[in-house]
Amino acid sequence: MATFLEEVNEKINGVPIQACYHCRKCTAGCPVAFAMEHNPNKIIKMIQMGMREEVLNSSTIWLCASCETCVTRCPNNVDIARMMDVLREIAIESKVPAKEKKILKFHEAFLSNIKSGGRINEPMMIVNYKLRSGDYFSDMAMGMSMFMKGKIKLISPRTKDMKSVRAIFKSTGA
Amino acid sequence: MKVSYYPGCSLHATGKEYDLSIKTVSSALDIDLREVEDWSCCGASSAHMTNFKLSVALPARSLIAAEKDPGDVMVPCAACFNRLKTAQYHLRRDESLKKEIEEVVGGTFHDTVEIRHPLDIFYNDIGTDTMSAKVRKKLAGLKPVSYYGCLLLRPPEICQLDNYENPVIMDNLLNSTGAESMPWSYKTDCCGGSLTLGKTDVVVRLVDKLMTMAREAGANCLVTACPVCFANLDMRASENVRLPTFYFTEILALALGLEGPESWFRIHNTDPRPLLKSLNLL
Repeated sequence: MATFLEEVNEKINGVPIQACYHCRKCTAGCPVAFAMEHNPNKIIKMIQMGMREEVLNSSTIWLCASCETCVTRCPNNVDIARMMDVLREIAIESKVPAKEKKILKFHEAFLSNIKSGGRINEPMMIVNYKLRSGDYFSDMAMGMSMFMKGKIKLISPRTKDMKSVRAIFKSTGA
Repeated sequence: MKVSYYPGCSLHATGKEYDLSIKTVSSALDIDLREVEDWSCCGASSAHMTNFKLSVALPARSLIAAEKDPGDVMVPCAACFNRLKTAQYHLRRDESLKKEIEEVVGGTFHDTVEIRHPLDIFYNDIGTDTMSAKVRKKLAGLKPVSYYGCLLLRPPEICQLDNYENPVIMDNLLNSTGAESMPWSYKTDCCGGSLTLGKTDVVVRLVDKLMTMAREAGANCLVTACPVCFANLDMRASENVRLPTFYFTEILALALGLEGPESWFRIHNTDPRPLLKSLNLL
């Protein structure tokens, strides 16, 4: 059976993360490191040590904003942002509950909105997110004000050829 | 000059003033925009964060749709720009992935369109000299900091827009209007992007830092080229540090003396009109 390190490297399909010499430049530049349970460098070390459960259960993989600062500055071209994508994919496939539930609920609401209309309808997507996450009351005043300003509309143009959009979701397993 | 136009979902909704100002400025610069037929969402962060193939297939569908009209496609949203460029990058390099995605999408990728951000088109194809010559109202007293954010520039081998640690094209465009773009070190720092609903407190902290640093640099406003950055800056900043935020195309339209800016400013969350009135620019 493949080790956790091998599993992650295979999915990254690029520079293997053993290329990391732990200079911590990724972590120094990470805008969200302050809120993370384990910083990006520590996650690399934990993968190398085979700590699958701890990594997949951590808030870090959901908090990464994909700003790509880490990979841009990495002296060894380790694609840490892609690594975080891979870790989220593995967590979803392995049915590990997301430590940051609301963030995953947001992604689910976003993708389900594309699946039904081909494009995002912001109010419907937000309603869907609120129903999924149970976060009913935040941003109500702001939403109302945007509605009054005509910035959010209940009906917006959709993709006409929805058959092709649905086929994409079906064959990618999304 | 004819250019295809991929507005993306935000520009039809919360980024309405970005869409309107791009169309207004483009028309004044004789750029004829034609919307890509039946485009679909790029999948944004949510697709690539959870499903790699979906994150290539969704943009590939729109790229193939855009190929009906080969040439440049203007993509104003930094997230769409990044996702379309990333998909194109993979399709160009990975033959087996390309085959698989073509099957998923039900079309052939011919690689006949170039994805371009309006900053690139206005700066490199129109140029700051032409822009200065067209200015009707010099924006004296306006001291913006240019905020480029993440997805226009990173990763650099995919985006290839400007220097990825110290970009200048937006600064130069703003300076061509008579505004005085202020130097600062936070041009490419992150606003928190799609965490805005799922982790609002993190976004507030990042945005407040940007506002504080903009103030420290002596700026009286921020200028962006992305509807996600704009939404976070315009809506999430705390009252004590908040500065008005503009799309760079709103600033260009104002300086070129075009119709529309005041009606766009009215729908910002942080009203920029008091600042502009105090500088006699409105």
